[in-house]
This record gives sequence, C-alpha cells and structure tokens, in this order.
Amino acid sequence: MAEKFKLSIISPDRVFTEGEAEFLEFTSTEGELGIYAQHIPLTTILEPCVMKIHNEGEVKKAAILGGFVEILKDKITVLAEDAQWPDDIDVARAKAAKKRAEDRLTAKQEGTDMLRAEAALKRAIARINTVD
Amino acid sequence: MASMRDIKRRRTSIQSTQQITKAMKLVSTAKLQKARSRAEDSKAYFNCMYQTMTSLLAKAGNLDHPYVKSNGCEKKAIVVVTSNRGLAGGYNSNIVRLITGSDFKKEDVRIYAVGGKGLELLKHRGYEVVADYSEIIEEPVYDDAKVVATRLLDDFAKGEIGEIYLAYTFFKNTVSHIPTLMKVLPVEAQEAEEGEEEANAVDKITPMNFEPEEEEAVRLLVPKYISSILYGAFIEAVASENGARMQAMDSATSNAEEMINDLELKYNRARQGAITQELTEIIAGAEAIG
Repeated sequence: MAEKFKLSIISPDRVFTEGEAEFLEFTSTEGELGIYAQHIPLTTILEPCVMKIHNEGEVKKAAILGGFVEILKDKITVLAEDAQWPDDIDVARAKAAKKRAEDRLTAKQEGTDMLRAEAALKRAIARINTVD
Repeated sequence: MASMRDIKRRRTSIQSTQQITKAMKLVSTAKLQKARSRAEDSKAYFNCMYQTMTSLLAKAGNLDHPYVKSNGCEKKAIVVVTSNRGLAGGYNSNIVRLITGSDFKKEDVRIYAVGGKGLELLKHRGYEVVADYSEIIEEPVYDDAKVVATRLLDDFAKGEIGEIYLAYTFFKNTVSHIPTLMKVLPVEAQEAEEGEEEANAVDKITPMNFEPEEEEAVRLLVPKYISSILYGAFIEAVASENGARMQAMDSATSNAEEMINDLELKYNRARQGAITQELTEIIAGAEAIG
C-alpha cells in the first residue's frame, strides 16, 4: 500500500476537505502533475482543473477553479479560489457558460477581454469534466 | 417644573426609541454571529496564503519586480472599508480618523471606497475618491474582492498609484475592534515568527521549490494574495461593523432605560406636587368660607 499524506483543500469560504490521500492528480500552469507522498517541497500555481484524489482504491473528483498548491513531504495544502464536488455542480449552467465563452472567443469582437473569456472557458470545462 | 403631560409625552417618546434600539441590537447580534462564523471559516485560507507569500518573498525578495519594489509613483491608494449604514458608534469615524490622522499628504491619497459612510466623510474632507464599491460590503463574496484587486493592480500597472494601503477594522473579539491601516503593495518580506520556525523545522531543511520560477510565481500569486487580503478584510469589517453596532445599541438601550427611570421619578414628583397643591387650595377655600 502506498504511503499516505495529509491533504487539505481550502477555499476562501471554508475548509473544503481535510483528510488523507495516497495520490493526487491535478493540472498546474506548467502541465499535469501527479503527486505521491515524499515529494520534494514544491509550490505551484493551478489551472482550473479536475483534481483527482486517490485513497484506498477510491478516486474522488473535485473541480478546482484556480489557486495554488503547496506540497511538503507529508502534507499537501491546496488553496483554491473556488472548489466544488461533482454533486454541487450545475451541469446545464456550466455548459451554457462554456458555450458563451466559446462564442466570445470565436467572435473576436473589439473590446472583448480574451483572457477573461479563456479563463471562463477553462472553468466551465473543468466543471463539466468533473461531473463526467 | 415641567408639567405632568410634558413629562409623560417625553417618556413615551424615549420608550419608543428604546424599542427601536433594542430591536436593532438583536438584529446586529444575529448578524454578528453569522459574520463571525464566516470570518472564522475563512481564517485557514488566509493564514496559509500569508505563510506561502512570506516564504515565497523570503526566497524571491530581491527580485526586481514592480510588485516587490516600488514603481516610483508618489500616489497612494487606500482601500477604505466602512459600512453603508450608521448607528454603529465610532466604527466609521475611527477608520476616517485613521486616514486623516496618518502622515499621508491629502493630495497624494486616492481613495477606493468600500462602504458609503467612509466615502461621504472622506469626500467631505476633500480627499479624492476614485472608485466606489459600496454595495460589496452588504454581502461580500470572494469574486467582489477579485474585482477590486484587479482594478487596483490595473491602476498600479498603469503607474497611477505607487503604493496600496488597506484601512479596515480588525475583529479581535466581540468587544474589541481595532482600526487597522496596512500596506498591501509593494509587498514587503516579513521576518517569520520564532515559534513558527521551530514547528516547520523539518520542512525548513529542504527549501521550497517554485514552479513556475519565482518571478513568474510572484506575478501570478500577488493578485491572488491581494484578492484574499481584501476578502479577509471585508469579512472582518462586516463582523466588526455588527459588533460595533451591537455595542452602540446596547449602550443606547441602557441610556434610554436610565432616562425613563429618571422621568418616571420626575413624573411621580410632579403628580404628588399637583395633588398637594390641589389639597392646599381646597383647604384654603374651605377655611375662607368658614
């Protein structure tokens, strides 16, 4: 059995989850990462992504919408700007948001904030992927 | 001596005022409970955020990045967090006094107001108010803080402001709220506290790595850091506001009680005086006839 580490995911409103895990998958600005216990200390910035928490053969998914991760030897702290379990996600709304963002990106009108539209798209995709 | 009717009228008026202050006290007590639990829930996030920022800056402190070093502009932005409603004792004026009493020059200060009372008071005193986010403080959410942070950083990047300060009321506990003025940007690396260092001794041996590189990390983390500081300040301020209002209303209620007692006494005296006078008149009249 793989060694466990402590995991806490904190969002500004609450402590989202706290517990133990064996393996953690997520996407940082530099690419996808998978972390086991005894990793070197690392702080990295998160993209909006699906975070997969592996523990005792179970995989839990959560949508993490931006933030950063602090990885220590036996403890991982995720500071998420917003975090949601699949049950809390409104898929219809996420799909609508995805469509809206895509429209905005393809239309390329004057005055649209491309970065913002892109970020909105990423968030919507992260939400949708978490539920699937 | 005031007439019985006058005293009675005054007493009724004070009684109805007391009813209002009593009700307001109850409302703000309930709101305080809510605000306080919110403030406690979010504390974990800020502590962690603060620690990460400190360790990042300790490592990258000598970076030549505008977020770390000043950009040379004299203008100072102050985010002033007050309430939209009054009747909260010295809550709003304490914050205003913090700014007027500081050694900032009035011309150099640009106010980003969060809360209508602070905005009015500072405008009246001749400060330049550049933005008004008063509706936020009614029900602060993290996204609101992000909006304000983005605006601040935009102005900072444009070179319109050189330093960012935050004036808010720190909620220490129910009875003590401390008006605080803190510097947000450029971020200054602070010495880690002694006790903390020992606790993290194991992690201190292996230094923290950053991915992406420190400079990029500073660029990406600082906006998040500022949003979270602002959000924390908003939440603390809401708790303080309700705490201050609860106190103010509590003392108003007990003052009213005191006045009512006093008037009650005066009323009884006046009543007795009237009876005595009437009696004397009757007796005098009877004697005159007899």
